[in-house]
Amino acid sequence: MKFGVVVFPGSNCDADCYHVVKEVMNQQVEYIWHKENAVDGFDALILPGGFSYGDYLRTGAIARFSPIMPSVIDFAARGGLVIGICNGFQILLEAGLLPGAMLRNSSLKFICKPVYLKINRADTPFTNRLQVDQVTRIPVAHGEGNYFCDENTLQSLKDNGQILFTYCGADGEESPEFNPNGSLANIAGISNQKGNVLGMMPHPERCSEEILGGRDGFYIFDSMINWFEEVGK
Amino acid sequence: MLKANIYVTLKNGVLDPQGEAVKKSLKVLDYGQVDEVRIGKFIEVWLEGDDRESALKELEEMSDKLLANPVIEDYRVEIVEVN
Repeated sequence: MKFGVVVFPGSNCDADCYHVVKEVMNQQVEYIWHKENAVDGFDALILPGGFSYGDYLRTGAIARFSPIMPSVIDFAARGGLVIGICNGFQILLEAGLLPGAMLRNSSLKFICKPVYLKINRADTPFTNRLQVDQVTRIPVAHGEGNYFCDENTLQSLKDNGQILFTYCGADGEESPEFNPNGSLANIAGISNQKGNVLGMMPHPERCSEEILGGRDGFYIFDSMINWFEEVGK
Repeated sequence: MLKANIYVTLKNGVLDPQGEAVKKSLKVLDYGQVDEVRIGKFIEVWLEGDDRESALKELEEMSDKLLANPVIEDYRVEIVEVN
């Protein structure tokens, strides 16, 4: 399976994603500079974390118009797997590949710490190696992860099972006290209706090896590979 | 040459943590009458040409596409200067 890691000016988790795909998952991977205008030959795309264009105007607002983005949007429309992590999630929202928008964390603080996430579905391209209601521990690192959308959108996210990850306590308790950023309905990650595009604020690439203190993130990449081998080809 | 002022504000009902923090700070400064503070963006754009009507159309398009995010923000465009 061949992954592409899209690199925007200001991306800073691109090398981590590249490392995990290549060294931990043993898959092919290439960087794709944002000025490229094709994604031919890739089986999955990663939009990594960072501060693309310095977060100017709004997070992801300028990156969303990078030359590579029409190809990313087209790739997603054809059913290709796209995962946006942190700033990558913000870019997917701005691009309209996922519904909603990000607001400043309710605490106004940049938050960098491991959080617990509840897995709400285990039948998706991104979570099929996990279990429903499983609690995973994956770090967040962001200043704007306060997910927002209107009531109708929230309802349709719920109805369509698009909320894949929610912030929770160590035992899976879902309450506002375990919500690090004020996001609506404790949302940490959502997919599009079709299920092939995922945006998540936590960083699975930062916890895919035991040496980094945990490997829950490994199963998200492993799910993508598993899905691709079973269904995607 | 035309100049436009574009005011981008958070929609009603969208939480503004920055505004909340500034409000608290104003209270600390003893401005007890402050009821609410909301923070937005002020963008100035200079444009070539002098057709106000087509400029307004273009500026609204720019705002819809890039300057504001319709999910969380409203905007208001005013053309203020003609030289």
